[in-house]
Amino acid sequence: MMKSKADEEDYWNSSKFKAFTFDDEDDEFSRLKESKQAVNSIRRLVEEDDDEDDVEKVSWSGEPVGSISWSVRETAASNQRTDREPTFPKINTDTPTLSKSNSGYSLSSLFKGKTKGGNFQSFNDSLSDLSVRLYAPELRKPKSEYKDYVSDWSPEETIQRMQQGKAFSLEKFRSLQDKLLLLDFAVSAHDGNVITAVLIYLKRTLGKEVLFRELESRQTALRHLIQYLTETRDQRLLLELLRSLCRTGPCTTGREHLSITDENKRRDFLKSCLSLPFSPEDSAHVQDHFTLLERQIIIEATDRQAERGGKVEIFQKFPRRASILNMPLVTTLYYCCFYHYTEPEGTYSSSLNIRQTFKISEKQYFVTALAARAKLKAWSDVDALFTSRNWLGFTRKKSPLSFQRVVDILQKNSAPTQVLQDYVALVDDAELRISLAQKHKCHDIVINTYRDLKDRQLLLGYRGKVERGSAEERKIDELLNNPRRSKKGRRRRRRRVGAVPTDHH
Amino acid sequence: MAHSARRDSPELPDFSLLKRLARDQLVYLLEQLPGKKDLFIEADLMSPLDRIANVSTLKEHEVDKLYKVEYKPITSTSDQLCFLIRPRIKTVKWICDVANADKATGKFRRYKIIFTPQKFYACEAVLEEQGIFGDVTTDEWAFYLLPLDDDIISLELPEFFRDNFLAGDQRWVRTAGSALHLLHSLYGPFSKVYGIGRCSKMAYESWREQVAEGEQRTRQAEIGRVFLIDRDVDFVTPLCSQVVYEGLVDDIFRIKCGCVEFGPDVTSDKSVKVMLNSQDKVFNEIRNEHFSNVFGFLSQKARNLQTAYDKRRGMDIKQMKTFVSEELKGLKQEHRLLSLHIGASESIMKKKTKQDFQELLKTEHSLLEGFEIRECISFIEEHINRQVSMIQSLRLLCLLSITENGLMPKDYRSLKAQYLQSYGVDHLLTFANLRHLGLLVEQQPGETLTVMESKVGKLVNDKTAGKLTDAFSSLARKSNFRALSRRLNLVPKSGEEYDLRVPRDMAYIFSGAYVPLSCKLIEQVLERDGWTGLEEVTKLLNGNEFAVTGSNGADSKAKNDAQRIILVMFLGGCTFSEISALRFLGREKGYKFIVVATAITNSSRLLESLLDNHV
Repeated sequence: MMKSKADEEDYWNSSKFKAFTFDDEDDEFSRLKESKQAVNSIRRLVEEDDDEDDVEKVSWSGEPVGSISWSVRETAASNQRTDREPTFPKINTDTPTLSKSNSGYSLSSLFKGKTKGGNFQSFNDSLSDLSVRLYAPELRKPKSEYKDYVSDWSPEETIQRMQQGKAFSLEKFRSLQDKLLLLDFAVSAHDGNVITAVLIYLKRTLGKEVLFRELESRQTALRHLIQYLTETRDQRLLLELLRSLCRTGPCTTGREHLSITDENKRRDFLKSCLSLPFSPEDSAHVQDHFTLLERQIIIEATDRQAERGGKVEIFQKFPRRASILNMPLVTTLYYCCFYHYTEPEGTYSSSLNIRQTFKISEKQYFVTALAARAKLKAWSDVDALFTSRNWLGFTRKKSPLSFQRVVDILQKNSAPTQVLQDYVALVDDAELRISLAQKHKCHDIVINTYRDLKDRQLLLGYRGKVERGSAEERKIDELLNNPRRSKKGRRRRRRRVGAVPTDHH
Repeated sequence: MAHSARRDSPELPDFSLLKRLARDQLVYLLEQLPGKKDLFIEADLMSPLDRIANVSTLKEHEVDKLYKVEYKPITSTSDQLCFLIRPRIKTVKWICDVANADKATGKFRRYKIIFTPQKFYACEAVLEEQGIFGDVTTDEWAFYLLPLDDDIISLELPEFFRDNFLAGDQRWVRTAGSALHLLHSLYGPFSKVYGIGRCSKMAYESWREQVAEGEQRTRQAEIGRVFLIDRDVDFVTPLCSQVVYEGLVDDIFRIKCGCVEFGPDVTSDKSVKVMLNSQDKVFNEIRNEHFSNVFGFLSQKARNLQTAYDKRRGMDIKQMKTFVSEELKGLKQEHRLLSLHIGASESIMKKKTKQDFQELLKTEHSLLEGFEIRECISFIEEHINRQVSMIQSLRLLCLLSITENGLMPKDYRSLKAQYLQSYGVDHLLTFANLRHLGLLVEQQPGETLTVMESKVGKLVNDKTAGKLTDAFSSLARKSNFRALSRRLNLVPKSGEEYDLRVPRDMAYIFSGAYVPLSCKLIEQVLERDGWTGLEEVTKLLNGNEFAVTGSNGADSKAKNDAQRIILVMFLGGCTFSEISALRFLGREKGYKFIVVATAITNSSRLLESLLDNHV
């Protein structure tokens, strides 16, 4: 730290070491600006020369284009050096869902009593009792009857061929058992492409009750089917499938809901949803959604008319940018705080009514009302938001939100410095207050805080930032020249100054 | 800044070969449809295609006009149409519509679909259903791997994450296996493969089968070891704000396929597209740096440049001539890059100051540390109340949930309700998705024990904490972040000074607050040559770890360079911060890492892929 005159040395506290922060507009940032200026200053001299060799063309390969013949030669050359490679061991990728499978047709159970080929389980057995497995005796046809088949691949071989993109045929897998065997092999090969292919075949050749029933114990396959139906937008079958699995959660109804664009139909649909078995928590959300949409329809109709009528001032001054339909609750609240703030609580569009109906938290209401009123530059409303809770008759400002946030919200709604200043001053933490004050150019607050911190360096530094010859500059000069005016505070090396009492949550 | 690499660091293999192979195969496929043809390209294939070929390559092979797939009726008048697409049902349906519309008007054309990187049976089923099968020829363009830089290769499959982890659809498993197979046959044979995660296991198996099926050849291996990791092993890292330059640029400007578009706020002129890779000398020196170091570096660079230009003064004609012919071009190039990155830094600074980035980072760090959680919750709450960025709020909620092993039921309900109020009830779907993935969950009644356990864990030593963890690990799938963090020392003790200029570990990529779990696992496994001694950790990560040696693994143990070239494959995406961390680790340990990712990701991309309010 640079020291000033020796006798003043112990008066001034040293500047606190400051770590890099992203809010730090001072040091690093100004350095950056300097660099930029330096670079810009030489730009002219660069450009005077010649054309632009533009940055866009920088490519990292830079390699000349390889020809097809090159590639062919390369492949040929490499093929001469053939030899066996290190072989890697197989690892167990069995998924828990497969082993947990409780269907009578699980892969492992089928391995027990069978060889590949056509084995048939009695149809009655499979329907009547899934837990007891009775295998019919071998019904394998004599070899001669097979000779018409071009290929006689087992389910396992078929799956392998499918994976490798070789020719195959699924048509000969006609028994349920074969179909499921095919599916189980596909699943154990972990190839989604093949799993889906088998599922498409199963969907085509099996009744949906049978298919759905079998998929219940085959989670991996089930998820592939759901994904496939979603992708092909087979909404009807997808819903049937999910309903059969008792999965009427948000997934099912949500998707259906989103596809409805007309608000009245949407409302009716939501109403029909209220009886669905959502979790109690989610059903409350759906209920709220329904109430909100109902309310939005009413507000929209009234306001559209008011706007067209041209009699209501606020709609003339601030025409609505979009319809309020289907907007989130908080947006609706903002809208009502903006256009209907003064309405009595009894009306549908009153902001207080919205707050009550949807049990909006105090903080949420406060934030939204603050932003809406600030946007309208209704500063007296803003002020009232803070003082209305004053039950002791003091004019102390209280807020469910930290004043730092309040300042932020006001600033984002382009509040003038005079207004900001009042709220910046209420920020408790001195450092925070300074940085906010600097950011929003509330010079008085910065200077006063530095004075209280007794930081000469910072005051000196800040002098360069205020306008030349301004009242702020004079004030700083005065402080720098007369530090001992506040001699009493000298021994008390306080970092933080007494803060304005505020209420933090 | 230019870190002195360990002198014995091996050289990276040359991946431009991958580009040449892809280009040649595409040319071959185009030639399968002789004569003039119009080419329709799927929107998200345009940038990858740009990286390996250009318009003149296509024109040389009789491509007449180029169109983007827009799912609208087409205007092309050519009698041959070629479609270069991803294997997506939506796109195939659109092609069927095009072909059927032609049929209806009696127009005869030839159609060819080139699927990349492979075709799916489901797509062919659509052709069949729509009565187009046979009218259309199909082909596969095995363009699996796009080298984005010397050490980054991307599969450019962002949908991998959602399809695999959320939908449970394994369609890309074989693709990942094939990509690995391609690398193995060009740069292998690999001698050792480590991995963690269900998808990693499956991809390994798929690769192994493909190796077994195919014709092999032996050659000098360039890549010796491979590490496969599932994105869901570590969700914390991609959800943190990035503060290393390259990651920050990605978070703010979105790097697309190795290229970023800087708008007027950066260039103070018209927008410009810039390739960001090691060829950019300025970028190469700052990409891995913590943002706070970038200013200093750029200032220094600017000064040096000034000096270099100033040399001209007092030169005679001859000297001037050499200066112009030898130095000027380089200086000009550097100058242009420098002003771009200064502009970018300035713009980053402005944006971050506006959104209270400092406070956001503080909250993230508190969450990672498990410190002042109530304050964090109220910060997140205010974020939601003010309807600040929907994705940002969601990111913080997820981070809170993962680090705390789920939210307390009271908090979960209140935050969810407020979220739905602020951003719309449609997000019920988003919440269902996040719950499904374990990203945002409610603690089950039994789990309150875990909270206690993590509190106790702070008081007692690691060993006891480990035992406590064991006792509770039988409970449902959880993130176990706190326990993992303790065991692997992911969060350095707070209060210690961390000099970001001289990073001492990978934590520097998060301002010294957190060592990325994914990279820490890689470091540990490489150090131990397997998972021995990490049993507790893998248990906390839900298992699925493996380490296998090829049959000739023993003889390649001989210390050759290939053993120190390690390919890390991120299934479900990888962030630039993780790449920076691995580069740091490589410099420390004398490794060279090659990152293969299904896509480059970041918090926004990750969460956006889980939203459901489109359809």
